[in-house]
This record gives sequence, structure tokens and C-alpha cells, in this order.
Amino acid sequence: MSVAVVMECPVCAGAVDTPDDVMLGELLDCDECGSELEVTQLTPIELREAPMCAEDWGE
Amino acid sequence: MAVGMVCTGLRAEEKMLAAAFSARDVELHVVDDRTIHGDLGSWPEALPRVDAVLLRSKSHWRNVVIAHWLETLGGRPVNASRVIETCGDKVLTTLALLKEDVPTLSASVAFATPSGDKAAEAIGYPLVVKPVIGSWGRLIGKVNDRDALDLALDHKAALGGAAHTVTYLQRFVETGGRDIRAFVVDGRCIAAIARTSEGWKTNTALGAAATGLELDPDLVNVSEAAAMAVGGGMVAVDLFETDDGYLVNEVNATMEFRNSVETTGVDIPGLIADYLIGCAGAGIT
Repeated sequence: MSVAVVMECPVCAGAVDTPDDVMLGELLDCDECGSELEVTQLTPIELREAPMCAEDWGE
Repeated sequence: MAVGMVCTGLRAEEKMLAAAFSARDVELHVVDDRTIHGDLGSWPEALPRVDAVLLRSKSHWRNVVIAHWLETLGGRPVNASRVIETCGDKVLTTLALLKEDVPTLSASVAFATPSGDKAAEAIGYPLVVKPVIGSWGRLIGKVNDRDALDLALDHKAALGGAAHTVTYLQRFVETGGRDIRAFVVDGRCIAAIARTSEGWKTNTALGAAATGLELDPDLVNVSEAAAMAVGGGMVAVDLFETDDGYLVNEVNATMEFRNSVETTGVDIPGLIADYLIGCAGAGIT
């Protein structure tokens, strides 16, 4: 069981709240800079900027 | 029973789906599409040999490749390759709808600037130019006159890439910034929302608001017919309300529904999970 952790945004160094049920690969938004972040590791939690949207991405 | 879910990171939708499978006590393997590789004659490495695989990649091409790959090896991707290919290509979607007489917007294609001008004159201004492949309202432009069309075609030429060698032009429908999205799973329309926007684009990815909508028989019939036309499975059908009734605008094979569960009161991820479990048990895609 994970515990909610406040992480530092790798883009703007702002605070990013991770949910207490955070999952590997989960995508989170930084409320301060708007970057989309990806959870790349759970113990300890690591975040990196998610890949940019590609031309064929969508629904 | 074990199922897989291939995705590009976990968005709200994939997280809701994971919870739905967990609630049904189904063994779920979540696989990031960036880890998938392997010989095309063998089952993809990184993906366990499961009974059915839910394809939720953000990338249309990755979904197409994986669906065909698994089908060739006797696997059960959901959606099936035919559904993904048809929905991911606006030309193929329009042709599939026309073939089955599903009411849809008139659309044309052109392969060069001069023929684009002629196609536009036939449709009449204003019209909408869309990329054949793409989503979330990106690179979709309302074209009000010949000058604007020339600019749009110049931009497509400058962008380059194979997909932009085909120009897809669609009749513009004045909707007052509102359209309908109907969710169809296994041939049945399960829920619908109205999407409203201050502009003419109504993608929730661009900030349009979603509100739950009561299903009516015409909406059910048209959305279910559209789903059947593209090959069944589970899709989100985007429609316009017009004086001629509902007209299908687009059909989406990798539906997003984060804004549609609370607004409709329908457990969309739960119904998707149930459908996948049914496919896994019955060997149906």
C-alpha cells in the first residue's frame, strides 16, 4: 500500500501531490506548470516529464 | 482468467479500468506499450499470454500493430484490428458509415491543392478540414472561404508526412457549440453525454463541458448502427443534432470517459471490464 507523497515537479520544481493509490505508469499533472508527469518508480516514487503528444495520439 | 491492458502510461481511464478488473477479481496485467517488442512470429515480449487484451495505447498506430499481431497469433485484442483501423482513419470511418447507410456528415477527399479547391466548392463554405489520422481536435480547422482553404492546404503541405497527403473535408454543421457522445459496448448504447463549448470544437480535451444525457430511441439506433458499421466492439460515437436527425461525425475506438461516469451515472469502466471478460471467456473479439 502506497502512501500519499508530495513530490517535486521535475520540470518546474513545484509541489506535486501523488495519490495514496498511485500506480506505476500513472500520469499526473503539475498544478503549477501544467506539465504532464509520469510515475516511473514507486519505491521511492520518481516522476519524469511524460512524452509529448504525437501526431497519431488520441481516442 | 487473466487479461491484459496495453496503454501509454495510466490515465484516469486506465486507472478506473484497473479498479474495475480488481473489483471483479480478474488477474490484470498492465503493460506499457513502450516496453513491447519482439519477433512478429511470436507473442510479444513483455505481454503475458492472457485470454484477452484491452488495447488502450494513446497511439493509433501502436494499437493497429498490436491488434494485428495478436490476432495473427490467435490472441484476442479488444478492440479488434478492423475496429481500430476504421475508427482511427476518418476516411475509412466515413466509408464504413456510408456502406451501411448510417447517417453521417457528407465528406470529401482530395490529394492535391487544385482538387482540394474543387472538393471544397462542391461541399460549400464553411467547411471543416481534418487530418485523416488524429484526435483531440488537433489540426482541425473551420474553413470559411477559398483563402482560408489555401492556407490550410499550404500548412498541410508544409507539415509533410504521409497522412497529410490526403485532405479530408467535411461539411460544417452549426451546432451552437454542442454535440453528443454516445458510448456503445458490445452493440448496446449504454450512455451518452452532451458536450458544450463556447467555440465550435466540442472536444473535452479542449475544455468542453460534459453533461449526462437521457437516451432516446433515435440516438440509440444511430449510435448502435455506427458501432456496428465500424466492426462492433466498444466505441464512442460523436454525433450532431440536426434538422435531419442525428448525424455521425466521428467514431472513437479508444474511448475516453473520465468525464462521463459521474455525469451519466453509468459505470462505463465496469461495463468495459465485463465486455472484455466476456470476450476472454467466449473467444470473441
